[in-house]
Amino acid sequence: MSSGRRFLVERWTRLSAAASLIAAAILVVLALVPLLLSANFVDSLTNLFIYLILAVMWNALAGYAGLVSVGQQAFFGLGAYFAIQLSYYGVSVYPALLLGALVAGLLSLPISVLMLRLRGGEFAIGMWVVAELVHLLVALDPIINGETGVSMIGLNAFGPDARRDYNYWLALTVMVVLLGTVFALLRGRLGASVQAIRDDEDAAESVGVRVLAGKRTIFFLAAVGCALAGSLWLATSISFQPRQYFGIQWTAYMIFMVLVGGLGTFEGPIIGAVIFFLIEYLFGETGVWYLVGLGGAAIVFALFLPRGLWGTVEDRFGIRLLPVGYRLRLFNSKIAAAQGGEQGDRSPA
Amino acid sequence: MIWVTQLINGVLLGGYYALLACGLSFMFGVMGIINLAHGDLAILSACLVFLLADSAGISPFIAIIAVLPVMGFIGWGLQRWMLERSLRAGVLVPLLTTFGLAIVIENGLFEYFGADTRSLAPYIGDFAYDSWAITDNLYVGSLAVLIFALAVLLLGGLKLFLTYTPIGRSIRATAEDPDTAALVGINTRAIYAIAAAIAVATAALAGVFLAMRAVFTPYSGPEQLIFAFEAVVIGGIGSLLGTLIGGVVLGVAQTFGAQINPQGFFIAGHVVFFAVLAARLALGAVRARGGIHAFFARTP
Repeated sequence: MSSGRRFLVERWTRLSAAASLIAAAILVVLALVPLLLSANFVDSLTNLFIYLILAVMWNALAGYAGLVSVGQQAFFGLGAYFAIQLSYYGVSVYPALLLGALVAGLLSLPISVLMLRLRGGEFAIGMWVVAELVHLLVALDPIINGETGVSMIGLNAFGPDARRDYNYWLALTVMVVLLGTVFALLRGRLGASVQAIRDDEDAAESVGVRVLAGKRTIFFLAAVGCALAGSLWLATSISFQPRQYFGIQWTAYMIFMVLVGGLGTFEGPIIGAVIFFLIEYLFGETGVWYLVGLGGAAIVFALFLPRGLWGTVEDRFGIRLLPVGYRLRLFNSKIAAAQGGEQGDRSPA
Repeated sequence: MIWVTQLINGVLLGGYYALLACGLSFMFGVMGIINLAHGDLAILSACLVFLLADSAGISPFIAIIAVLPVMGFIGWGLQRWMLERSLRAGVLVPLLTTFGLAIVIENGLFEYFGADTRSLAPYIGDFAYDSWAITDNLYVGSLAVLIFALAVLLLGGLKLFLTYTPIGRSIRATAEDPDTAALVGINTRAIYAIAAAIAVATAALAGVFLAMRAVFTPYSGPEQLIFAFEAVVIGGIGSLLGTLIGGVVLGVAQTFGAQINPQGFFIAGHVVFFAVLAARLALGAVRARGGIHAFFARTP
């Protein structure tokens, strides 16, 4: 029975091992950037990290748990808001930025009780209403001065150069930690269960997947992540205006990045964020035409390339850079030939 | 006395919300799509009527007659070229495409019309501020009454259309089960396109009346979408009456809220929405789904 086993379930491939090493090397280089490159470059990369966090979080929600939210700006704004409040009451700025995001994340738990009972479009608009309500309530806080907004004055204690570098390292660290968390969660039991929920909630429940618990974990993670993105944005811009932080454009950015990169793939939103960053750099000056283009691109990708750029590459060539899923490798050459080049975990069963 | 006035204003405002919510609820009922561009389509129609009134001097009431078929056609095309394909791609895709469409419409309108706040009120003469005296110090706006009456007529008419006409029956059958409907010879593609045309045309009608009774900007769409959605969810137990009741509850909550605090208008509406949602979940009648589908129930 030496040839009895005709297949092998594998996680790591030579390619994914190499890609993981390269990813680690890139991180080391990124950590050294403030020591090597210009201030402008550091600022730009900090923004890129924030976009990347948003994209990865939105993808975890929509691409893995099937929760399309158009209200994640609620947590983006709340992260910044609580950071301002904490620093107003005497917490020093950088701890306040992190703690503020955590408070906003904790607030997602009571919100989830109501929201996660809604499905599909009801959840989507329900989250939008949450964002609107939170926006109105935050603007009522006397500290914020209504729509005029307020600045996080404590940040001025640091010189502009020191602040730029701290923000950069903080954003990089937060991004790596969140990416690592998503990676670990998706590889584990939760990854399998939330994807089952995404594909068919009732079927998942019937085979014993704890639907609500799985969704809530991802919802909480995405809330914390978006809140961290918001407080990092505050760290770079210093000023807080409710209308900007709670604006629907953040959702438009997230949807664009995830759809273009590849909904439901680990690498997709990273690529989407880089593309968005470049597009913003090139066309951001054109103002609203640029937003029209983002919306149009989102439609085109959703309709004609639903798995995004990366998802399409993945499907076409069966490559997987980071070992998130499982791969079935067949030893029998006839079966392998019948399967064609497709060996990804989405091969027909 | 101010509270009585506000109550009446709130009820009449609810008529506008019912008018606005009608198409959103209808499209969800037939196709299972929540159209995130619903509010922006309403504003698009308001902008078109404004264009006709402002540049050609056509009365908005006549311009509506020209714009409604155009918007209906847009709805038809939307279904044929975008939603149909979205639906095939999965339940989440229509949300993404209609959201993309919303972003395109509102920013496109901004590019053309600029950020100015506009209103159709100057183009409808006295009607914008005419009112009828009920008692010496109690007045109701005639425009608000007209909108309320129109909402009742539209919801009632739609109900009759769905119940008694062949197309209406086909729409209900398709909403219930498109595959079976197709088996018994219903052209479900055409039915979906007709339903989308109706939904967008009613949104367009609501948009024009919004522009008459208040002001709008290219970015007013999302707010209108949210109000419409809240009215649908609050109304819950569906049918013609449910949508109207949902609109009225929302309208009254908002006018009472506005009486307390300038921002109270919005906050009170959202709070009532969440309260109704929480109450419904607590009572076990999970999901507004049943509510919206009851719109098509045979018994009123």
